[in-house]
Amino acid sequence: MSDNKKMTIIATKGTFDWAFPPFIIASTGVAMDKEVTIFFTFYGLNLLLKDTSKLRISPIGNPAMPMKLPIGPKWLQKIDFSPKIPNIFWLLPFTEYLATYLMKKTMKKNGVATLDELRSVCQEFNVKFIACEMTVDLFGYSKNDFIDGVEFAGAATYFDECNDSNHNLYM
Amino acid sequence: MADETLDASGLNCPLPILKTKKALSKMDIGKILDVISTDAGSVKDIEAFCNQTGNKLMSAVEESGKYIFTIKKT
Repeated sequence: MSDNKKMTIIATKGTFDWAFPPFIIASTGVAMDKEVTIFFTFYGLNLLLKDTSKLRISPIGNPAMPMKLPIGPKWLQKIDFSPKIPNIFWLLPFTEYLATYLMKKTMKKNGVATLDELRSVCQEFNVKFIACEMTVDLFGYSKNDFIDGVEFAGAATYFDECNDSNHNLYM
Repeated sequence: MADETLDASGLNCPLPILKTKKALSKMDIGKILDVISTDAGSVKDIEAFCNQTGNKLMSAVEESGKYIFTIKKT
């Protein structure tokens, strides 16, 4: 057993795909007896919204994202469409919805937890969620936009949290 | 013989770990939990989980694509 009991994460990204890593690492950390705090700032605040169904993936400027179909015959599912579709296609309206829909479908097929599921496990296991007060104000959010159990504070509070922590991750 | 069995088949990382944690937290010390998983990553992960949490991994076997872990709660 380890004595290094504390972990903090700074979550800064608000797209659907990047919403997963903080919650995966945090939930696994608490499951392994760590005390975990996530500090959500800038676009990371999206991860605390009551309604996460609005989170999207943007394939624009994201050339590393494989694009395989989760449905259809096996040979078709093996094709990576990512290098085949010109970037300009993703500028068309509603293509983000398509990409997000396909990612959700692929995740479901692979038995990956949903975002809301991971987030509620984090809350159930007492991961501390801190929303950056400055960016809440900056982006014109109201505290009611966020789920219950979120604390609102600033960078100094983050430092207080990570003072005796051995794992401090920026995502 | 296990006191409880958790079937995590079809679930992917980190769900087998999270469900194992939940199942163990409802059990008394000394009781045995069997975890069934189809996630190949769980072979290393369950071992790491037990190392960190102090629970005892008594056995890990593979049977036709399924992994069965026997964990003793400590």
